[in-house]
Amino acid sequence: MTTKQENPRQPLTHLDWLESEAIYILREVAGQCSNPVLLFSGGKDSLCILRLAEKAFRPGRFPFPLMHIDTGHNYKEVIDFRDQRAAELGERLIVRNVEDSMARGTVVLKSADESRNKHQSVTLLEAIEEFGFDCCIGGARRDEEKARAKERIMSFRDEFGQWDPKNQRPELWSLYNARSHKGENIRAFPISNWTEMDVWQYIEREKLQLPSIYFAHQRDVVMRGGSIVPVNVPLVNGEVANPVKAGEEIINMQVRFRTVGDISCTAPVISDADDVSKIVLETATSTITERGATRLDDQTSDASMEQRKKEGYF
Amino acid sequence: MSSSHTQTIDSQHSASLLRFMTCGSVDDGKSTLIGRLLFDTKTILADTLTQMTRTSEKRGLTAVDLSLLTDGLQAEREQGITIDVAYRYFSTGTRKYIIADAPGHEQYTRNMVTAASTANLAIILIDARKGVLTQTRRHSYLAHLVGIPHIVVAVNKMDLVNYDQAIYDKICADYLVFANEIGLAQSQIAAGNDISFIPMSALNGDMLVDRLENMPWYDGKTMIEMLEAAPSAHTEHNEPFRFPVQFVCRPHASDNPELHDFRGFMGRIESGEIAVGDAVTVLPNGYQSKVKAIQIGDAQLQSATTEQSITLLLEDEIDTSRGDMIVKSSEAQEPVKQIDAFVCWLSETPMSPARTYVIRHTTRESKAKVGAIHYKVDVNTLEEQATADLKMNDIARITFKLAQPLMVDSYNANRATGAFIIIDESSNNTVGAGMII
Repeated sequence: MTTKQENPRQPLTHLDWLESEAIYILREVAGQCSNPVLLFSGGKDSLCILRLAEKAFRPGRFPFPLMHIDTGHNYKEVIDFRDQRAAELGERLIVRNVEDSMARGTVVLKSADESRNKHQSVTLLEAIEEFGFDCCIGGARRDEEKARAKERIMSFRDEFGQWDPKNQRPELWSLYNARSHKGENIRAFPISNWTEMDVWQYIEREKLQLPSIYFAHQRDVVMRGGSIVPVNVPLVNGEVANPVKAGEEIINMQVRFRTVGDISCTAPVISDADDVSKIVLETATSTITERGATRLDDQTSDASMEQRKKEGYF
Repeated sequence: MSSSHTQTIDSQHSASLLRFMTCGSVDDGKSTLIGRLLFDTKTILADTLTQMTRTSEKRGLTAVDLSLLTDGLQAEREQGITIDVAYRYFSTGTRKYIIADAPGHEQYTRNMVTAASTANLAIILIDARKGVLTQTRRHSYLAHLVGIPHIVVAVNKMDLVNYDQAIYDKICADYLVFANEIGLAQSQIAAGNDISFIPMSALNGDMLVDRLENMPWYDGKTMIEMLEAAPSAHTEHNEPFRFPVQFVCRPHASDNPELHDFRGFMGRIESGEIAVGDAVTVLPNGYQSKVKAIQIGDAQLQSATTEQSITLLLEDEIDTSRGDMIVKSSEAQEPVKQIDAFVCWLSETPMSPARTYVIRHTTRESKAKVGAIHYKVDVNTLEEQATADLKMNDIARITFKLAQPLMVDSYNANRATGAFIIIDESSNNTVGAGMII
């Protein structure tokens, strides 16, 4: 028998607490849902979740497959990394393509160069129906954007994948309610309470590998509408995304990406941070929010994220 | 305001974490307080500030409205009110903070209870010009009911009463009289908890992060000093070990023959401590065993403590599944099939005493029927009233009869094993929150 501690116990550090909470949430999904899936893009947030899932479920296998909704316009480095990581873990990776939805006619682009980012929702909903998933685990964080600050850990979506901000389940203590009827869906967010800084500190502590484009590298870019836009980006299928437009001047710059997603809406920042500890320092001194700097899709209006979420976006 | 705009980096990743909530309405300067804390700790970055400035100008305001930061959703921005709990984050370098920001109007009792359920400290805002109001009583009662260990009464808008110490002293005295009336002061002290007072101006920043020079008569802690000093843990008492099983890991199909007999009980320690070799009992069946190993991922631990998510291996092969609870044999509680609780009703559909609901307690569920509604509490006057049903935002004392045994403690003794939610199976909605007496 152990003796009781006389001193008040040492509280967990913030990273240990956040890790423990996330593991708890992942296990609640596994315990409450019959057919969950983990959305995995190869980005830094979903890589943290993979590490958390290892801590939650090893030595067993993950009680869910991984799935990526690929717009076809993702950085090759990230796609390669995604495949490599899934293989290392020995877990099943499902990929569903926005281009297949385009071929089916369920996604219709307004123009050939329209961003495919928001159309991921259609392909995601099609995949949810195809596999009958009752819960999708994602890496969204409440600090990312205003409309996310009120997001639940277990967020309820109706049959159309819609998020109704006025009709969310109250969430008290750690008693999460992930129940759903057939056709309905829960989106679970294990790292809701993490900030960008927490994510980088966790990556540093756990020595997580990341796709190379998170670190400073030389890249051809142009200035377009006040943003740094990468051009002539090689894709997995051999094509080139974001061709340079007439009259634009290509600049070769040292940049890195703070968030990684569809090429059309992910802009890099100027940086010489080429390792994780330099990125932690850079994140601490940044004067611009993660999405403000790099997500072209959020700048449209004050409520654009909320609008996309209502339509079924993550 | 400091000129250099740098978040502090947590030294060696060893910052602690505090969850707190703010109680008050927009009129009390609640949103301004939060905006100021985020602003003065350099959490608001330039692009967000630019967006706020633009919106302030569009609304015809002369200064940047810090409260814009906390108005999240389109509907709320249009109406200029907050209707749901929002979570905000900031860090001082030594501590990470999670703020639960709940609207303070009477019809939002459920939001306050929601925010309070995860908070270890509550800031109750009082407008210095108005003193202790009905809503102050409501907020204090709810903070008390949901068992928040540390209460900070912040007398705000001192700039509008010429930073007058006499006004501040009177409000503190009034509050203590009232806190004694509802038993708040006594129970806070009995539980080793505290009530603190602070004069401030969220608008000017007096006594938040900086002291400034307007209230030399106040020599207590600033708001940020109080937040930095508050204990992280919900309780500093030694609570009994409570480990609800979330998930059982049995990788018998694995290629590794060593794992064929592996049986790991996964969950989070909701209270207390456990060490390898401790004698444990699995409830409700009462099987006894000893702890063989404690793991987090690959790491083997000799002992583990409250709030750690672990995998527990036992010496004996015991049939255990999600919803069971592992406790130390010396601290085992009797499973019960009836509970008496304070319930806050959360749903727009009133509670019907004739219906069967589902109660979720830790990782366990049971069907439940209402045995008796003893009374409901008027959150403004704290009067007990007879009632036949429960509407949204009502708080009542109710006895439930359970189909399955639950392993409970009283909420006052143990927040995690004293709390439950009520689920309506027809909609799957969470319709009520309960605290076991």
